[in-house]
Amino acid sequence: MQPKPLTLKILDIASVLALAIATYLALIYAPEEAVMGQVQRVFYFHIGTAWTGLLGFLFAAGLGITYLVQQDIKWDIAEVAAVEISAVFFFITIILGSIWARPIWNTWWTWDPRLTTAAITELIYVAYFMLREGIEDPERRARFGAVYTLVGGLSAPITFLSIRLFRTIHPVVIGSGDPNAQGNFAMTPHMEVAFFFGLFAFTIIFIDLFWNRIRLGQLAAKVEQLQLNLMR
Amino acid sequence: MFPLDAPPDTSAYMIAGYTVFFIVAAIYIVSLLVRWRNLHQDMTTLEAIEKENKVKKEKTIKSAKRKATKKKIDEKK
Repeated sequence: MQPKPLTLKILDIASVLALAIATYLALIYAPEEAVMGQVQRVFYFHIGTAWTGLLGFLFAAGLGITYLVQQDIKWDIAEVAAVEISAVFFFITIILGSIWARPIWNTWWTWDPRLTTAAITELIYVAYFMLREGIEDPERRARFGAVYTLVGGLSAPITFLSIRLFRTIHPVVIGSGDPNAQGNFAMTPHMEVAFFFGLFAFTIIFIDLFWNRIRLGQLAAKVEQLQLNLMR
Repeated sequence: MFPLDAPPDTSAYMIAGYTVFFIVAAIYIVSLLVRWRNLHQDMTTLEAIEKENKVKKEKTIKSAKRKATKKKIDEKK
């Protein structure tokens, strides 16, 4: 395996720095929200992880299409990387949302359209890994993965649009949502800085993790090839 | 005029949220590192086995060749 490229090392450092700055902005720089109090600060990382999670699922669908067209295993490796990181980010989104909901909605969980679609999306991608594990032939596994992410990718826009299309208590921070939503708030300029930097930081972190995960996937493919060679 | 109500104390939830974030992120990064280390070890072992197999194959071919030449010599005699 080739040593880590310099660009990736720089990206690793940039990610750590971006995360540190995003944490500072969210916890110290942004003012306390007048109605919800300190728990509103969870929102900056909640949106950041949701943004990268949902975009990552769509990106994985794109990589799946590329694999189906080109039939090159490198696209499958990239697709798995995108799905894995997005699933971790989206899991964090759901947990952070639940923690925020406890004092604001007075419940950890409710079967609201947004929460339901988010839970379904996460479960779709958990199942993706379980089903992949069951297929031994690398080519069949890659083909299955590509088709699965293509279909599963539909859940990302449905989850995103759920608070804009259905009656929901989930707040819409950007744009207009249901007037019955609980936990809406207007962002001050300082909050906007923390919010947008959070989106930027999580994008950088996603790219960094994605590259690192691709390298891991390449190593796994090499080991698998060696195992197959030895079995012949 | 009424004094403004202070926001409720929800700092425990905020702390819980950020703690969960950093713990999950750390677990994922550690899992990446562990998987990397294990795969690296697997690759080293598999490469060593492959090398060993190659040497064994070469030895078998050589001994087979030697046996064949010996047989030919014996036949000539």
